[in-house]
Amino acid sequence: MHQMHGAGETGAVQPAIELRGIDKRFGAVHANKEIDLKVDKGTIHGIVGENGAGKSTLMSILYGFYQADAGTIHVDGKLCEINGSEDAIAVGIGMVHQHFMLVETFSVLENVILGVEGGAVLRDGVEKAREELKRLEREYSLNIDPDAKVGDLSVGLQQRVEILKALYRGAEILILDEPTGVLTPQEADHLFRILDTLKEQGKTVVLITHKLREIMAATDNVSVMRQGEMVAHRKTAETSPEELSELMVGRKVLLRLEKGEANPADTVLNVDNLCVDNAQGVRKVKNATFNVRAGEIVGIAGVSGNGQSELLEALGGIRSASEGMVELNGQDITPGKGVDAAELRRRGVAHVPEDRHRMAMVTAFSAKEAAILGYEDDPAYQKGVLLDWHAISEATANMMSEFDVRPNNPDLKAANFSGGNQQKLVLAREIMRDPELLLVGQPTRGVDIGAIEFIHKRIVAMRDAGKAVLLVSVELDEIMSLADRILVMCDGAIIGEVAASEANERVLGLMMAGVDPNEAKAAEGQA
Amino acid sequence: MDTYQLIILLLDATLRTSTPLILAALAGMFSERSGTINLALEGMMLGGAFSAAAVAFYVGSPWVGLLAAIATTIGLSLLHGFACITHKGNQVVSGMAINILMSGLTALVGIALFAQGGKTPALDKASRFQPITFPGAEAFRDVPVLGPIYSELLSGHNILVYVAFIAVPAAWWVMYRTRFGLRLRAVGENPGAVDTAGIGVVAMRYRAVICSGVLVGMSGAYLSTAQGASFLQDMTAGKGYIALAAMVFGKWRPFPALAACLLFGFLDAAATRLQGVVLPGIGEVPVQLVQALPYVLTVILLAGFIGRAIPPKALGRAYVKER
Repeated sequence: MHQMHGAGETGAVQPAIELRGIDKRFGAVHANKEIDLKVDKGTIHGIVGENGAGKSTLMSILYGFYQADAGTIHVDGKLCEINGSEDAIAVGIGMVHQHFMLVETFSVLENVILGVEGGAVLRDGVEKAREELKRLEREYSLNIDPDAKVGDLSVGLQQRVEILKALYRGAEILILDEPTGVLTPQEADHLFRILDTLKEQGKTVVLITHKLREIMAATDNVSVMRQGEMVAHRKTAETSPEELSELMVGRKVLLRLEKGEANPADTVLNVDNLCVDNAQGVRKVKNATFNVRAGEIVGIAGVSGNGQSELLEALGGIRSASEGMVELNGQDITPGKGVDAAELRRRGVAHVPEDRHRMAMVTAFSAKEAAILGYEDDPAYQKGVLLDWHAISEATANMMSEFDVRPNNPDLKAANFSGGNQQKLVLAREIMRDPELLLVGQPTRGVDIGAIEFIHKRIVAMRDAGKAVLLVSVELDEIMSLADRILVMCDGAIIGEVAASEANERVLGLMMAGVDPNEAKAAEGQA
Repeated sequence: MDTYQLIILLLDATLRTSTPLILAALAGMFSERSGTINLALEGMMLGGAFSAAAVAFYVGSPWVGLLAAIATTIGLSLLHGFACITHKGNQVVSGMAINILMSGLTALVGIALFAQGGKTPALDKASRFQPITFPGAEAFRDVPVLGPIYSELLSGHNILVYVAFIAVPAAWWVMYRTRFGLRLRAVGENPGAVDTAGIGVVAMRYRAVICSGVLVGMSGAYLSTAQGASFLQDMTAGKGYIALAAMVFGKWRPFPALAACLLFGFLDAAATRLQGVVLPGIGEVPVQLVQALPYVLTVILLAGFIGRAIPPKALGRAYVKER
């Protein structure tokens, strides 16, 4: 049986939430298997697990978004039937979803009162709501203008609107699903301060995350999920990141990638004053100038949406440059002037796009079809005017065994592979062409820890083979463990460069928020 | 005829031609603001027009005809909702299917009932909505300048014209000042937000399409029992689409949509008025050119002259809880 703590030990306090034997299937996927969980009142309780471990499903059941196939939910010791969000709200559960449930065209106030308007005509409830909002804002120092349009707010502030929504509905228990995925480290710190305040006020917080650092920093207790099962409960003070990650994966993993010194040689990619505009004419990349040499990994850090995606897409040939120049080994490859993605591939630029499903593969294709995308006119795959499916199958099987793609079946539909295996297949397709330059965006998004380790090793192997690698990622941990040099983008501009050896989260975080690198380093010196 | 008189007559005609557009545009707005594309306005208008004329003929009351029209269009709205909301079908396909269905069905039933080639029999005076003359309209007629405005332009329309113009501020109030409107707009922008707020997305969207049905039913009844005196095959002649264009043109907002409807109504009225008129320097204006103007204008204006029309974010997407 699972080891329990908290209420069981003290006996006096009712747990705020108790789940017993929660079971949920989605078709063939057994998302939650007989889950038991106790969350003590007035604590911050972390739930960790890899992507797909069933954390979000479990919390969605608690919030009434899905209904469990079996099991019971007890809130404050009372058995609750939660069949919809309205039931969860009624027993005092509030949820901050990973993808915000906000109406962007509405004001903060309108978003908060949606569903609890306090009368058929808005005017009656609005003034009361405004007063209440002011009180909540002061109490938890949320700093939000109730009349601001939500779409105009930063992601961090939008998240606070979500918290405000829950509090306004009288939530005593607040569930946050991967709350820091879209935040800068500073915004995340602010969030954790808010959570501490909530705790002081006697609220119960459930924090779902896959980031162990946050668990260690913010929680009192932690529960670990793996493949739909609850595998352990620990007091945070009595555990370590190593133990938790082992519990999450079920075996020991390397948290820090071991890699040797980089031996950078000649410049492979030279980007000079590159500007990229989006379809609406908004400048997304502003005068980017940098280079990537053979045998090094250059990382681009930044909060999602600060131009990294557009930069990567331009270098990959799927966006045109508005100004500036790009050179590959001294040859002009400025995107747009007759240089497209196909031409770049011929010249030895491999591109692993950020969004696997939208850009890197067609999930309705079989693995072998997905494995030749972009290289389908390779003579090795041709037999006269037809594709040589025999050769393609063989090549795909080879890629799959080389990159440990499981199951090793070239005929299986791409959609039926897990995220990690899809990503490994895409990387295999690109890396096994032996490119001069590898452009790789969010290589481990939605990928489980085991595969992350593998993917990271392969990227470092590319570097060690003397290739140039440009890595774009919003995961600071990933950037810091892979990159040899780190460029930080904010609002479309590269605002500074940090050697990996000098980088730490604080400096990078400040730079990501737009603070001048020298000031950021100075601030770090004082801290 | 002096110019002033001409302008008054033209504006008077504009009110009459824009009435069905206004009602249908508001109908489209209710549906689309909740996230359901309503391409079926054309077919619903046709269905409403037929029901109104047929029932008014049998019963002899335009009011009963109006109720029949509304019942028909609510039924069609529920059908559209059943396909798009409950079964998450393609909203454009469902809308077009209703248009094609109603074009054929009204003619078929018309022939079967009345054997007049798809027409309904002409309605007598008592079975139609009659002009309402404002008190003192006759007395004021000869007052210079203001007289014609009161007695020609404002007075002398049937009840549905006034309803259409009152419906605009009413729709605005419902949309922006009530709980129902707030939820309706929210469900068209982010149904997830509505669901997590504990409000049923499906029920909300059904209520929106029912509102849509009520309004478009009135516009159908207007065509056959107020403006006209019988149902004619395919008598809507694209008015449903024009109303939809006016709604987009008005960026899914009541007052700008009203302005667009008035503009299209004016062009329609002008087309009739300009028939055979010889303009100096241009010669006789081909009436087809003027009739094509609303469509040409829609394309040109939507192409960028009015700024980007941003549709409700969840428009056209059925709500599926994500995994």
